[in-house]
Amino acid sequence: MLDFIIKRILQVILVVFLALTVVFFLVRLSGDPTTLFLPPDAPKEQIEEYRELLGFNRPLYVQYGEFMFNAIQGDFGESLRSGEDALGLVLQRMPATFQLAISALALSLLIAIPLGVFSAYKRNTIFDRLSVGITVIGQAIPNFWFGLILIYIFAAQLKILPSSGGGSIAHMVLPVATLALYSISRFVRFTRSAMLDVLNKDYIRTSKAAGAPTSSLIMKYALKNSLIPIITLVALDLGVLLGGAVITEAVFSWPGVGRLLHQSLMNRDFPIVLAGVFIIAIIYAVINFIADILYAYVNPQIRVK
Amino acid sequence: METSTVTTNTVKVKYKQKSKLREMFRKLTRSWTGMLGFCLIILLIILSIFGDWIAPFDPMDAQLRDRLLPPLTDGHLLGTDQLGRDILSRIIDGTRVSMIIGLATAFLAGIIGTIVGVIAGYYRGWVDVVLMRIVDVQLSFPFILLVLVISAVLGAGLTNIVISLALAGWVLFARVIRSEVLALREKEFIIAAIATGVSKFEILVKHILPNIFTPIIILASLQIGTYIIAEASVSFLGFGVQPPTPAWGNMLNEGKDYIFNSWWLITFPGIAIILTTLGINLFGDWLRDTLDPELKGE
Repeated sequence: MLDFIIKRILQVILVVFLALTVVFFLVRLSGDPTTLFLPPDAPKEQIEEYRELLGFNRPLYVQYGEFMFNAIQGDFGESLRSGEDALGLVLQRMPATFQLAISALALSLLIAIPLGVFSAYKRNTIFDRLSVGITVIGQAIPNFWFGLILIYIFAAQLKILPSSGGGSIAHMVLPVATLALYSISRFVRFTRSAMLDVLNKDYIRTSKAAGAPTSSLIMKYALKNSLIPIITLVALDLGVLLGGAVITEAVFSWPGVGRLLHQSLMNRDFPIVLAGVFIIAIIYAVINFIADILYAYVNPQIRVK
Repeated sequence: METSTVTTNTVKVKYKQKSKLREMFRKLTRSWTGMLGFCLIILLIILSIFGDWIAPFDPMDAQLRDRLLPPLTDGHLLGTDQLGRDILSRIIDGTRVSMIIGLATAFLAGIIGTIVGVIAGYYRGWVDVVLMRIVDVQLSFPFILLVLVISAVLGAGLTNIVISLALAGWVLFARVIRSEVLALREKEFIIAAIATGVSKFEILVKHILPNIFTPIIILASLQIGTYIIAEASVSFLGFGVQPPTPAWGNMLNEGKDYIFNSWWLITFPGIAIILTTLGINLFGDWLRDTLDPELKGE
């Protein structure tokens, strides 16, 4: 087990390191950011002066080395726009994004697991067909569009919920619903098939034959075992939710990392982009890491491998 | 005697292929979801090719006098946008953009992923270890975020969005193809070929590649919908396909500013995306279930 954990920790470090390297070179290859700060007719000397000031005139590998050296210490430089510490800005926005992603995750689990379990139990009935049909359509709906429609209905027409901003529970309802939509479809499909797998197992048939009541059959035997694959899915999905939060936050002007990243990409404010990618890569890798450990814990077969 | 055997064999093979396609179609008519997907795809192809003739108005023609007309006014079935352009015509024109992006990305990502997957799975060893580590690392980063960052860096435009999507999407192909190749390597007919001294390259071309074609097609058909939604999302955020070229994502981006008064600007392009993705996904699901039932549920 310890071997396994150490191996996975090394992988986390590798993921973060590679993510930073790729984004650094992508960003630098896309052109010199200094031109964005100066008027188009700025004299050549002024451009040079700026490049020197910001350090963009040095060879790429020197810039990369310095960037990595500083990044290890958590220093991603300052925002090219506001001059504030880039990592600090990203970290400041972190709680808002987490709030959104975790609420969406909780909401989708709350809806999807019972739906998936019931769907599997009532296999091939109208209820099952309907819930499968809805999830198929749900997966075809773009998240951000669903958000726009919610804004139109609840903010523009009914005027009962705010369309943008953050700070109160009311502000959370629409973004959380938007973000949850996609996960719900995936979770229902997944829970249903995991549950079907288990329901076909011999020990379920045996306990059914032995007269175990339906409720304990589902809760005690079937659900417990079908939760194993769901753990991995939930962990993976928290990452997808963090990614999806970028778009959802943009739709609802939710003050999280996603919106900050979007604005920084628009403004070519690269220190913030790099700091954001760094944080997201770490979170994503850590979530995966925890999922793997949990998975190995609940399923001893993995540990032996 | 010799020649007659050969001819019968060719006839048999031809007959077999023809009846295989017919058999597929017969199966398709039995699945209403597969059929629905198939019909939607045919419709999309027709709109992509003949859109210019079908569209009632010029999708680029701005008539400021007619701006923000609601649906069903003055011949504008779905209304007009903030510049007075016909929304139905713009949606029809946008079909081509979405289809090109979806297909081109699946093609590009499929090729890169297949090459990597085959190399990793067939040659194994340290090449496999290195390539799969790269795949693992990339898979551990949110897809949509990767597309967004790459396309923001590469700059706007149709080609760049295809490149961004393919760069973010090839890893999935690589992983699936690798495991297919690994499984194939253990099959008896490959081992027999190795034993009889057929060269490694010949085995690859004659025995491995034809047998991974089906999973590639299945995976590609299931991914196109994801690519179309990702493109729309990125264009919605202001990267990707830029106005005035009508693409569903940038139509939604322009329309969102008028959301409080003109619902039709955001409603119809979204429905177009849903129908397209739904059609492709339904057909892809059917294709997977028919060609490779083992993949079901993965």
